[in-house]
Amino acid sequence: MHQVVPAGDFQVTPRATPNRLARAWYQLKKTAKSPTPYLTVFGILLWLFVYWLLCEGLKLPRFVKLPGPVTVLSQWLSPNPEQGISIFTPEYYQHIYVSCRRIFIAFCIATSIGVPLGLVMGWSRTFRDYTFSILEVLRPIPILAWVPLAILMFSGYETPVIFLATLASLFVTTLNTMLGVQSIDEVYFRAAGCLGSSRWDVFRHVVVPGALPFIFTGLQISIGVAWFSLVAAEMVSGDFGLGYLILSSYVNGVTVPMVIAMLTLGFVGWFTSAMVRFVGNRLMQWHARALTLQGR
Amino acid sequence: MKRTDMSPDGNGSGGLAARGALSIRDVVKTYDPEGVNVMAVDHCSMEIAPGEFCMIVGPSGCGKTTLLNAIAGFHSITSGEIVLDGKLLCGTGKPMAAQGADRIVVFQNGALFPWKTLAENVAYGPMVQRVLSKRDALEKAHEMLAEAGLGEFGGKYPGEVSSGMARRAEIVRALINKPKVLLLDEPYRAMDGLTKSIMHEALLEVYDRTKVTIFFITHDLEEAIFLGDRVYVLTTRPCRLKKVVNVDIPRPRNYEVLSSEQFRLLFDETKDAVHEEAIKAFQLGERELA
Amino acid sequence: MASVGEVSPIGVAPSRGSFLLRTLGRRELWRGLVAVTVFLILWEVGSRSKEWSGYTLPYVGLLPPPSDVAVAWSKVLMKWGYWESWYQSFKRVLTGFIAAQIIGIPFGLMLAVNKYFRDIFFPPFEVLRPIPPLAWVPASLIFWPTNELSIAFVTFLGAFFTIVINVLGGARTIDVRYLRAAQSMGANNWDLFWRIILPGILPSIFTGAAVGMGITWEVVVAAEMISSGGTQGGGGLGFFIWNSYMGGSMPQIVVGMISIGIAGYLSSSIIRMIGNRVMPWRNLF
Repeated sequence: MHQVVPAGDFQVTPRATPNRLARAWYQLKKTAKSPTPYLTVFGILLWLFVYWLLCEGLKLPRFVKLPGPVTVLSQWLSPNPEQGISIFTPEYYQHIYVSCRRIFIAFCIATSIGVPLGLVMGWSRTFRDYTFSILEVLRPIPILAWVPLAILMFSGYETPVIFLATLASLFVTTLNTMLGVQSIDEVYFRAAGCLGSSRWDVFRHVVVPGALPFIFTGLQISIGVAWFSLVAAEMVSGDFGLGYLILSSYVNGVTVPMVIAMLTLGFVGWFTSAMVRFVGNRLMQWHARALTLQGR
Repeated sequence: MKRTDMSPDGNGSGGLAARGALSIRDVVKTYDPEGVNVMAVDHCSMEIAPGEFCMIVGPSGCGKTTLLNAIAGFHSITSGEIVLDGKLLCGTGKPMAAQGADRIVVFQNGALFPWKTLAENVAYGPMVQRVLSKRDALEKAHEMLAEAGLGEFGGKYPGEVSSGMARRAEIVRALINKPKVLLLDEPYRAMDGLTKSIMHEALLEVYDRTKVTIFFITHDLEEAIFLGDRVYVLTTRPCRLKKVVNVDIPRPRNYEVLSSEQFRLLFDETKDAVHEEAIKAFQLGERELA
Repeated sequence: MASVGEVSPIGVAPSRGSFLLRTLGRRELWRGLVAVTVFLILWEVGSRSKEWSGYTLPYVGLLPPPSDVAVAWSKVLMKWGYWESWYQSFKRVLTGFIAAQIIGIPFGLMLAVNKYFRDIFFPPFEVLRPIPPLAWVPASLIFWPTNELSIAFVTFLGAFFTIVINVLGGARTIDVRYLRAAQSMGANNWDLFWRIILPGILPSIFTGAAVGMGITWEVVVAAEMISSGGTQGGGGLGFFIWNSYMGGSMPQIVVGMISIGIAGYLSSSIIRMIGNRVMPWRNLF
């Protein structure tokens, strides 16, 4: 009998891949040698310098009304802030907590409705024909335009705000999930079919994992959109939260908390998005590994 | 959903001797996109014996993949019938065959699920047909992968291994289900010559061991004569059977066959037939069907 | 298509059947219409639940019914103020959007093409990007002398970040083989830029523009509602909605919502049409 690879005489050992720590160290060394990190620091410092120059250094006419980096930082880090908000005041954390909690609720609801809905819409042509039109009719309406209706339908402050963020997230998640299913190469469905799968097997083993990359891209976008809508909603009809903080600071003429809140929003938004990305990479080892092998 | 028969005695209808007898009778397939009739297969007929290693050659776009798709159950046929081991797959009253694990396809660009490891891929068939439990299926998968020389790679994802290994794994994934017919749609088309020759030897080894009916589509005439028992030459679109070449070279074969006199004669015989059709296809200049 | 079933054949010239007949014959269209009709019926019944049965359905029962909306719409179509809102909103959208493209596309291209530029300017860009555009509204109101300019600035920001990211992403996906092919035929850097990179980025520019357009509308409506429409001239569609809410005419709220939806859809369609004319090669795939 003709053997191709004699299993026994010699073992084909795959190339030894260095462990995680060694790889991370190598990457660090490589980055330190390139100009990139230094330019990055330079870029940020340059921006901070220009910001300072315009608002506090030269005190140019319009810019002087806005607080410069020195003012903002000194207030932010001081235990006794003039204008009421710093890392030492509990209200700061209260606002952050309230906004984050709303985002969390909105994101959870939107994902748990949007992903299954999108999966079914992507998979079943009939279902899609009936539901896609409704989605496409409602989607172009900007989220803030829903504010009055939301106030009519739901009582209190919390629910309308959460509703708006949920709605925004829902559209994005559903659409991206649906596109994710449609992006799966037909050949995988055929392979599954000729291996004896039932429809449920195809759904579980082809549709769901195949759509996962798109789903996670969609989730990252949806969290961004949720923040966008949340801030808007909080500004219009909130009583706590970072968006509300920005607007009320403006209304009360205290500009430093306004800037603090903006920067905090940026950071928290980035952080939540990065968390989603992280979870996605862990769940999709196969995708991450294939991408690194391609050098991306 | 068809269950493959994992018992050692073969299925009820006639025993091992009748496993994998494929009969294609007068099949016609026409497409009808936007009101224009396109005939892909024109009264094509073939009789494939059980355990036969048959090669289908023809110019690009002639409809050979359509034929394979019809057998596998991905397409319907317009008329004619396809019969497997005496049972009708598709014909009058049943235009489309059911998909099932008795006819498994190995695809051109590979269709291992990228989100499952090689072992999970191979274990997929038995697991999903409820023939083996998940653990047993994985065990068997590792066994079979080791037999095929891929033992070290069972835990890797398809994106991490070379295309040659992925293709071999895909064949293992098909064979673990003991199909009656193995359908191969130009599986080695995208490979370089060296990898291809290793693939050929691996496939021959597998065939010698299992004697499964193989329906192999290719462009490569050398590959066709080196591997096959019979070479069916098809005309350009719409395709029908033009010529059948019997390859009498005894098994087991190795690469020394390639330089034998008999091989050269068979090659020339086939080449003349295909060449005519290739020129016609070239002049038509149409974009190939998938 | 994503289903275990038939494959679609390709490689055949389309027939000369009538476009209208083919559109009317399409299953998706009829099913879509059925779905929307059912939706409207459910809405109508739900919102009239109080009148008809004395019991108010939760949520739906509090909405204005579609029939009232239709009536309100026909009335409002006659009023000049409604059309002026359209004009105001469109004006703001266009100014912000065009400004974002004019500044954003070259900025994005510079980021894509020059590594040093990217290393210096991308980090501050990335730090500012997660801040939602609306969070800039109060700062913008303080800074800019007029309400109009503040709204325009915030609108600009929303579209700006999107278009830059899309241009950057698009530049990365240009197949390096095109560049090499051009170079081997004697192209210099200038040629490479105008003939390979720019056309290669066009699809991403238009995607970024379409998405940016959506964001622009969101921001304009929000800004109009927050800053109560601005002082000069009419208020725009966002203000129209807010005003209707304050004035207690609920059906008009929905009129406003639908109007904005239509306006946004029209804007995106126009972008897509322009994209198709500029990039004829795209449709062949």
